[in-house]
Amino acid sequence: MSRLPFYIIVAMLMVVGIAMSIHRHIEFEVPWTPGEQRQVWDIEAQVTFDGNGEPARVNMALPSSQPGFRIVTEHTASPGYGLSFEEKGGARRAVWSTRSAEGDQRLYYSSQLLVTNDANKTMSTPPSPPVQDIVWQRPYDTAAQQVIDQAWARSADAFTFAQQLLGEFTDDQQGENARLLLTQFDRVPLLVRLLNQAGVSARDVSVLMLESGRRRQSLTPWVQVFDGEKQALFNPATGEQGRPDNLLVWEGAGDSVLEVEGGSNSHISFSMLVRNQSASAAVRTQQAKDSDTLLNFSIHSLPLEEQALFQTILLIPIGALVVVLLRVLVGLKTSGTFMPVLIALAFIQTSLLTGLIGFLLVVAVGLVIRSYLSHLNLLLVARVTAVIITVIAIISIFTVAAYRFGLNAGLTITFFPMIILSWTIERMSILWEEEGPKEVLIQGGGSLLTAVVAYMAMNNPWIRHITFNFLGVQLILMACILLLGSYTGYRLLELRRFKPVTED
Amino acid sequence: MKNWTSPGKLRARGIIGMNRRNIRYIGRYNDRRLYPLVDDKLQTKLLAQKYGITTPELIGTVTTQFGVKHIAEMLAGHNGFVIKPAKGSGGKGILVIERVEGKHFIKPSGAELEIDDVERHVSNILSGLYSLGGSPDVALVEALINFDTSFAAYTYEGVPDIRVIVFKGYPVMAMMRLSTAVSDGKANLHQGAVGVGIDIASGRAVRGVQFDRPRIDHPDTGHELASLHIQGWDTLLELASSCYEVTGLGYLGTDMVLDRDHGPMLLELNARPGLAIQMANGEGLRGRLELVEQQPEGVPVAERVAFAQREFARQGELQSEEALEAVVS
Ligand SMILES: Nc1ncnc2c1ncn2[C@@H]1O[C@H](COP(=O)(O)OP(=O)(O)O)[C@@H](O)[C@H]1O
Ligand SMILES: [Mg+2]
Repeated sequence: MSRLPFYIIVAMLMVVGIAMSIHRHIEFEVPWTPGEQRQVWDIEAQVTFDGNGEPARVNMALPSSQPGFRIVTEHTASPGYGLSFEEKGGARRAVWSTRSAEGDQRLYYSSQLLVTNDANKTMSTPPSPPVQDIVWQRPYDTAAQQVIDQAWARSADAFTFAQQLLGEFTDDQQGENARLLLTQFDRVPLLVRLLNQAGVSARDVSVLMLESGRRRQSLTPWVQVFDGEKQALFNPATGEQGRPDNLLVWEGAGDSVLEVEGGSNSHISFSMLVRNQSASAAVRTQQAKDSDTLLNFSIHSLPLEEQALFQTILLIPIGALVVVLLRVLVGLKTSGTFMPVLIALAFIQTSLLTGLIGFLLVVAVGLVIRSYLSHLNLLLVARVTAVIITVIAIISIFTVAAYRFGLNAGLTITFFPMIILSWTIERMSILWEEEGPKEVLIQGGGSLLTAVVAYMAMNNPWIRHITFNFLGVQLILMACILLLGSYTGYRLLELRRFKPVTED
Repeated sequence: MKNWTSPGKLRARGIIGMNRRNIRYIGRYNDRRLYPLVDDKLQTKLLAQKYGITTPELIGTVTTQFGVKHIAEMLAGHNGFVIKPAKGSGGKGILVIERVEGKHFIKPSGAELEIDDVERHVSNILSGLYSLGGSPDVALVEALINFDTSFAAYTYEGVPDIRVIVFKGYPVMAMMRLSTAVSDGKANLHQGAVGVGIDIASGRAVRGVQFDRPRIDHPDTGHELASLHIQGWDTLLELASSCYEVTGLGYLGTDMVLDRDHGPMLLELNARPGLAIQMANGEGLRGRLELVEQQPEGVPVAERVAFAQREFARQGELQSEEALEAVVS
């Protein structure tokens, strides 16, 4: 039984993995380190509609560089369509056209936006002065007038007026008049109309709230108010003034976002992903993507939606490696072999501290309830199912309680893998009955420690950069794990366990 | 740093760790298909009977929750018995009843149980509470072993058992496990039993451990361990070694007991025997295992035992033990 073939396989994995990584480094100039950390957003818009066999024309608004974001590159994918760009008054639009669109149609637009801090750049040209002779029907005319008068009296300029006016329409302090108006009109057009009637320049803009890893998102309408040269954004839902850092204005001219002629059921949705990259690397990666060859076998050639998924998937081997290291080299006991990796993944979503607290709370309460279940002499599957339901109930209660106390962090507890948690509780409780609380602490502590180490590894910017950008690393990881799997040396904790034998 | 040693020192002592045991010995010499033979105590018992090896008498088995109600009938007429899960390990779920007085069942510690308690215990066993992975199980009811009186001073409230590691049919290392108050009538090391290393050549004590730390006397009876000597040691080794042919497992832990009336008996077999036996012997397994690896297959049992007794004798230490005894007395 020769070990030679085994070592040859390991060596081959290593060599191929390293070669792939070096190739990617040299050929596509992907740096080894994340470098100067600049956030780059990859945003992808997907337009879908049903063609009805006629010539079709799709006109879509495009974002422009704006305070906070600079567009680095843009791309479209739309086989069979002619494409042209239009620009008027600072607003850019893409126009796709084709002779005949039949059936399900999909058009893609993607752009990379660099996060900047040039907040003083002007945003857009103000609209033409508002038309004041807006005609309202009864009884809305009086309601509108009263709302305007009230806000006018309590304000000093355009912005304070807008604040007061929007305040009237927020959910918790809606007055009689506001409620009446909302029954007839949509909120945002209504607000703009009211502002215009009061002589304030305003328009509705469509914005995208950026949140990494989100898919199938849609635009939300916000209100932009002008006061001479100055302008401000207002959130129509809360009445708050100001632009959050993660707000991207997609359509800022008050026009529609998407117009489709010759098709029906048109829909636009967005996916986004943030990367910490050096600004120049962002550009280079993008260029590399253009020169698509078979060797450039990188996940960056996938659509954004899949990339977001892969960013996490590619980290799992790192977590698994941590588990193997801690078990084989250190000798830590964990309950459930790869449970710590799943917990660590949950920690990435919840942040470490909330995750730890949430985990301990759920498991502790679960154990108490499980100890009652054990008196009922249930069959195993039924018992675990009962625990799953209990865990869901605990998580729901905590989430609601956290929300009531205004702890937003508490809401992320739902990211915990509930079935895994239930099995953990089941195992811990059997352990408790059989070996007592000490063993529960040892194994529970071991699992948590492993989860925290795995979390720190998977959340490390450099490791994220390497795993996401160099697929060859996966082969190297594989080789390491194979080697570890045949390690016959001592575990760290055995140096302590066997200590008495070495002294005489 | 005081509590830690270096890998070099362990290697010099020939200590093998978990990783080495799993990969080099269990992984290489134990065929996974054979595990069920030893993981299920009922199967082990039937197998042993087929080969004429004595095991504690089986009073009966309980396989269904319905059968739990009839346990009293099964127990009638037995003064002492043991109930254990067929797929348990490490002493989990073993209920030892030393004697029955009227309606009371008395544990070695003196604690009294009612028939209800016994029924609940059996029911828990059936639902898999004590079994690997919590899968449903079968409860075995065995006659109580009356252990050899020569061990009375060395054990507390329970039957001491003898663990021999058998590698490719050669007995490589042995220890005796003495139950203590902590281990509740069961001789399992991680429940707190004391392990005493036994010299393969002579059947005499080498040194003792409890909870992985050295021990020179029994924590409850206070009796020193050095004078421990097992009668009929050669027969016992032959019984252990023959389990290789019985199971086909190359790396095997055999648990045996010495019964007052029936002599050596096989209690159970283990395909993943623990490493604490090295602590009890103050010596690593590695040298012995490597020596046995060089031996040819197909050697008869008696020759294998003779080989082991010749090669693994602990002459040097034995004398020092006797010297120590002399000092003590
Ligand atoms: N029939 C019996 N009579 C008396 N004691 C027993 C009997 N069977 C088991 N024991 C005690 O329980 C301990 C563990 O039993 P064993 O069958 O080896 O199960 P396990 O696989 O859990 O170690 C033994 O070491 C012995 O002390
Ligand atoms: Mg045993």
